[in-house]
Amino acid sequence: MSVSEMFAALQGALGQDQDIREEIRKVVQALEQTAREILTLLQGVHQGPGFQHTSRLSRGDQCGLPGGCWEEEGAAGRFQATQVFTSWAAELALRSPFPKKCQKAREHFGTVRTQMESLKTKFPADQYYRFHEHWRFVLQRLVFLAAFVVYLESETLVTREAVAEILGIEADRERGFHLDIEDYLSGILTLASELARLAVNSVTAGDYSRPLRISAFINELDSGFRLLNLKNDSLRKRYDGLKYDVKKIEEVVYDLSIRGLNKEATVGGGGEK
Amino acid sequence: MSGKEGSGGFRKRKHDNFPHGQRREEKENVNPPSALMTSFKSFQLELDTRHDKYERLVKLSRDITVESKRTIFLLHRFTSAPNGEEILSESEVKLDAVRRKIKQVAQELIGEDMYQFHRAISPGLQEYVEAVSFQYFIKTRSLISVEEINKQLIFTAEDREETTNMTSNAHDKQPHTWSLKVTPVDYLLGVADLTGELMRLCISSVGNGDIDTPFELSQFLRQIYDGFTFIGNTGPYEVSKKLYTLKQSLAKVENACYTLKVRGSEIPKHMLADVFSTKTELIDQEEGLP
Repeated sequence: MSVSEMFAALQGALGQDQDIREEIRKVVQALEQTAREILTLLQGVHQGPGFQHTSRLSRGDQCGLPGGCWEEEGAAGRFQATQVFTSWAAELALRSPFPKKCQKAREHFGTVRTQMESLKTKFPADQYYRFHEHWRFVLQRLVFLAAFVVYLESETLVTREAVAEILGIEADRERGFHLDIEDYLSGILTLASELARLAVNSVTAGDYSRPLRISAFINELDSGFRLLNLKNDSLRKRYDGLKYDVKKIEEVVYDLSIRGLNKEATVGGGGEK
Repeated sequence: MSGKEGSGGFRKRKHDNFPHGQRREEKENVNPPSALMTSFKSFQLELDTRHDKYERLVKLSRDITVESKRTIFLLHRFTSAPNGEEILSESEVKLDAVRRKIKQVAQELIGEDMYQFHRAISPGLQEYVEAVSFQYFIKTRSLISVEEINKQLIFTAEDREETTNMTSNAHDKQPHTWSLKVTPVDYLLGVADLTGELMRLCISSVGNGDIDTPFELSQFLRQIYDGFTFIGNTGPYEVSKKLYTLKQSLAKVENACYTLKVRGSEIPKHMLADVFSTKTELIDQEEGLP
C-alpha cells in the first residue's frame, strides 16, 4: 500500500466523520431551539404578577372551582375565600403553584424526546463519547429544565432515572444513548442558581414561605455535593459556584426572619399579606 | 499572670470545642439518610471509580510515552552503530514491553467506551505510533499502515498468565482477546511526529558520510507531506497544527539534499562529515528556537 493510498483511505474516514458531525450538529441545533422555548416558558415564574396569577388560578383549578370565579369575586370575596381555603392553599402551595407552565413545559419535552430519537440514529451507538462534546451543553441545559419542572411541581430533586425518562434516553451506558453523570450533576447545579433567583423573586412577589423551602432544599443539595470528590474540571468549577447560591438564599431567609416575615409565611401559608 | 490567663483561655476554648463537635456528630447520626443523600453517595462511588480508572490510564500512557521515546533514541543510534541488527532486535524487545502496557490499557477499557478515556491515553498512543513507524521505516523504508499497527495490538488470552495479577476483573468476564484500536487521528499525529525523527535521522546520517539516505528520506517525507496536504483541514485542528512543523522538517531535509548536491561534487568525500557536522549544529539550534 503506497503512502498516498493510505492517506486517501484516512481522508475517506475523516470525511465520513465530518458528515456524522454535521448531522449531529443539525439535530443539536433543533434541540437547543426547543430548550430555549422551554426556558422562556419557565422564566415566567420569576415575574411577579404571573407568579401570583398562576398560583391563584391553579388553586381554583385544583379545588374544582372554575378559574373565572376568582376574578368575578371582589377583593372582599377573595379575602374570604382565601380564609376558607387556607388549609388547601397551604397544601397546594407546597405542591405546585405553577401547574399550567409545568404542563406546557412537559408537552415541549415531548418534542425533545422525538428529537433525541433522531439524534440517536445519527451515529453508531457504541461511539457515544466520541461525539459527546456536540450535545453535552444542550443535554446539561435540558437536565436543568427537567429538574426545574420537577422542582416546581413537587419541590424535590429529580433523580437521574427520572430525567432520563423525561428526555427519552437511558440512565445506564449499557442500554444505549444515556445521560452521563457529570452532565446530570451540571444540570442540577444550574438548577441551584435558578432557585436562588426564584427565592429573591418570590419574596418580591409576596410569597414569603418559598425561600425557606428553597433554602432547605439547596442546603441538602449542598451537603450532597460535599460527598463528591470532584476533579479539577468544569464540573468542579460549576460546583464552586454553588456556595454563592447557598449564601444568597441564606441572606434572603435572614432578611425575612429578621423582619418576622417568615413566621407569617408559615402561619398564613400563602402569598397574600 | 498573663500566661495563666492565656492557658485558661486555651483550656476554655478547647472545652468549648469538644461538645460542639460531639453535637454535630450526633446530629448526623440522628438524621436518617435522605433519598437525595443516598443517591449522591452512589454518585460519589461512580465518579470515584471513573476518576481512578482515568488516573490509572494516564499513568499507563505516561509509561508508554517514556518507553517509546527511549526506543526512538535507541533507533537513532542505528545508523552510526556497526551492529545494526542488534539494535533492531533490542528495539523490538522494548516495543514488546510497550505493547504489554498497551495490553493493560486494553484490559482497563473492557466494557468501556474507549472514547470516554481517550484523552488519557492519546499521548501515549501517539508516541507508540511514532516509535513503531520509525522502526518500520528503518526496516522496510516504507510507511506502516494503521491496519498493520492495530494488528499488533490484538492480544490473545494465551499470554494472560504473566499479567494476571494486574487484571483483577478480567477473570470474571473472560474475554479471549483484547484489542485496542489506534484511531485515525492518533495515527496521523504519530506519523506527523515521525517526520521530525526522520529529519533528525537525515541530518545525522549525513554526518556519518551516508549520502544516499538523505535523498531517500526527502522523497519519503515529500510523500507524507503530500498526504497531509491531501487531508488538509478535513482532520481535526491538531492535525493542521502539525502541518506547519512538518513543512519545516521537510524544508530542512530538502536543504540538506540541496547542499549535498551542490557541494558534494566539490568537496572530497572524507571532508563531507566536517561540512555537515557544523551544519547539523546550526539546524539543531534553529530547531530549539520555536
